[in-house]
Amino acid sequence: MAARFGAALILALVVVAVWFLADSNFVLRVATLVFIYGLAAIGLNILVGDAGQVSLGHAGFLGIGAYAVAIGPASLGLHPLLALVAGVLLAGVLALVIGRPILRLRGFALAVATLGLGILIAMVINNEAWLTGGPDGMRVGRLELFGWRARGTDTWYWIAAAALIFGAIVASSLKASPTGRALRAVHDSEVAAMVAGIDVARYKSAAFVISAVYAAIAGGLLALYDGFVTPDVAGYLTSIEIITMVVLGGMGSVLGAVVGAVILTALPQMLTAFAEYEHMVLGLIMMAVMIGLRAGIVPSLAALFGGVLRRVR
Amino acid sequence: MTAELLQFAFSGLTVGAVYALVALGFTLIYNASGVINFAQGEFVMIGGMTTVFLAAAGVPLPIAAIVAIGAAVLIGILLWALAIEPARGAPPIALIIITIGASIFLRGLAQIVFDKQFHALPPITGDAPIRIGGATVLPQTFWVLGGGFAVVVLLTLFLERTLLGKAVLATAANRLAARLVGINTAMVVCLSFAVSAGIGAFAGILITPITLTSYDVGTLLALKGFAAAMLGGIGNPVGAVAGGLLVGLIEAFGAGLISSDYKDAFAFFVILAVLFFMPAGLFGRRAVERV
Repeated sequence: MAARFGAALILALVVVAVWFLADSNFVLRVATLVFIYGLAAIGLNILVGDAGQVSLGHAGFLGIGAYAVAIGPASLGLHPLLALVAGVLLAGVLALVIGRPILRLRGFALAVATLGLGILIAMVINNEAWLTGGPDGMRVGRLELFGWRARGTDTWYWIAAAALIFGAIVASSLKASPTGRALRAVHDSEVAAMVAGIDVARYKSAAFVISAVYAAIAGGLLALYDGFVTPDVAGYLTSIEIITMVVLGGMGSVLGAVVGAVILTALPQMLTAFAEYEHMVLGLIMMAVMIGLRAGIVPSLAALFGGVLRRVR
Repeated sequence: MTAELLQFAFSGLTVGAVYALVALGFTLIYNASGVINFAQGEFVMIGGMTTVFLAAAGVPLPIAAIVAIGAAVLIGILLWALAIEPARGAPPIALIIITIGASIFLRGLAQIVFDKQFHALPPITGDAPIRIGGATVLPQTFWVLGGGFAVVVLLTLFLERTLLGKAVLATAANRLAARLVGINTAMVVCLSFAVSAGIGAFAGILITPITLTSYDVGTLLALKGFAAAMLGGIGNPVGAVAGGLLVGLIEAFGAGLISSDYKDAFAFFVILAVLFFMPAGLFGRRAVERV
């Protein structure tokens, strides 16, 4: 039980606590963004932390989800929810088709291939202005269900929180399942995993598809919440941010991914007063955490304090 | 048509020479330490921007260029001493995040020390275009190509003819064995950061009169340089140079013949294709993984 719901339970408590402690709409907005990026990071962590495969292009899938909910209703007249489902399917299918050949690569070759994939997706979004509005971005219609319109940070706080907690439960359950063990076996040694009868290519590809689906859902939620989407969502820097969340928070840790999302999302918002120094501070934190806490924040702290924290990892 | 193709070839080789130098920087550091330094592009930016600002302050161009290269070398050494050396033994992904963090930090620093505008430098020998077979070529192009060639020759001589260079090669071949025969491998890694930074800054100074520079030019250069190094086969200096020139040519011909909107895409498209069929890169050896 603890393995499956521990992380989700802690997240739920934090969600409720933040709701009551938040003294401004601004705090809720930042928290909502943290939940959405946290969802993407939890998904990427399944690929990076569990299966041990790096991806420097996951923002591409975020972009597919985001632009699906923007283009679907505007150009095809789809309901936003249906458009989100279509975007998630598209991202999943793309990940399935591309995943097999890409994941044969290892180490830095995989890094550059995923980087290229992300950049290609971002470039299509940037250049096909007739469909996507190009670099200026495009408006996203409101999500409407049976006459009820999801708008305002109050509403989206809970939608994003629900998505995050659901995503955490799925990720934790996956970790505790035979599939999760197979992924970790692939991570530790592909040859040993193969000898043990694990279809390595299939499991790597599965992790890639799952992480792409998480990213697409997060992208769709982000676009629906913001009501506007620009190609930056699919850009290289976004890819770097998501993988930094995973590594900073702690690879293989569901809570770690969210902690990473807090640092990378909330910090720039808090530093807006010192906008000039934002990049320097962010770079310093990335370096300092990786030098000081190599395993990432949550696993390092868990190792320090042991006990309770370790069980919910 | 041939004039047009010649034109594309010249512009491709010019940017390709810069990618080649960046890829060479990646290769040097990778060989000495196994680290992929994503802050490599920032050295190019530091070289260009420092020269621009010193020149604007009245410093003669050659002195400004030398000081800029010195500054980049110093920053390269500091990067090694403060961020890479303390993280020795960290997993590759942690090292990737550290060097990306360093690149973001240096970009932020440049934004404060310098500014967020685009800047140019005067060409070394004027800007009267030279006509070659119907193509117009800027004199600076020859400086870039010649400078790139000179760096490759000097680096080769250094690596193969000096004791220190041989220590670098030995470390690249086998770090443990190098240490066993008394080579100070930490010093070799430090040296590789210094040399890579210097080469990057040099490339930045040469290319600024043609492509301009700003605090954020490093990111895309690092990506292209990394891609070029992968294309040539990571860890292979000849491959890095060939990969860089090839990426430049692919971009120039792709932009000229197919679509300039997708200029940056062609290189990555080709790299994806090459990696699918030759995971070790064009010049890489097939590595056998030991279990």
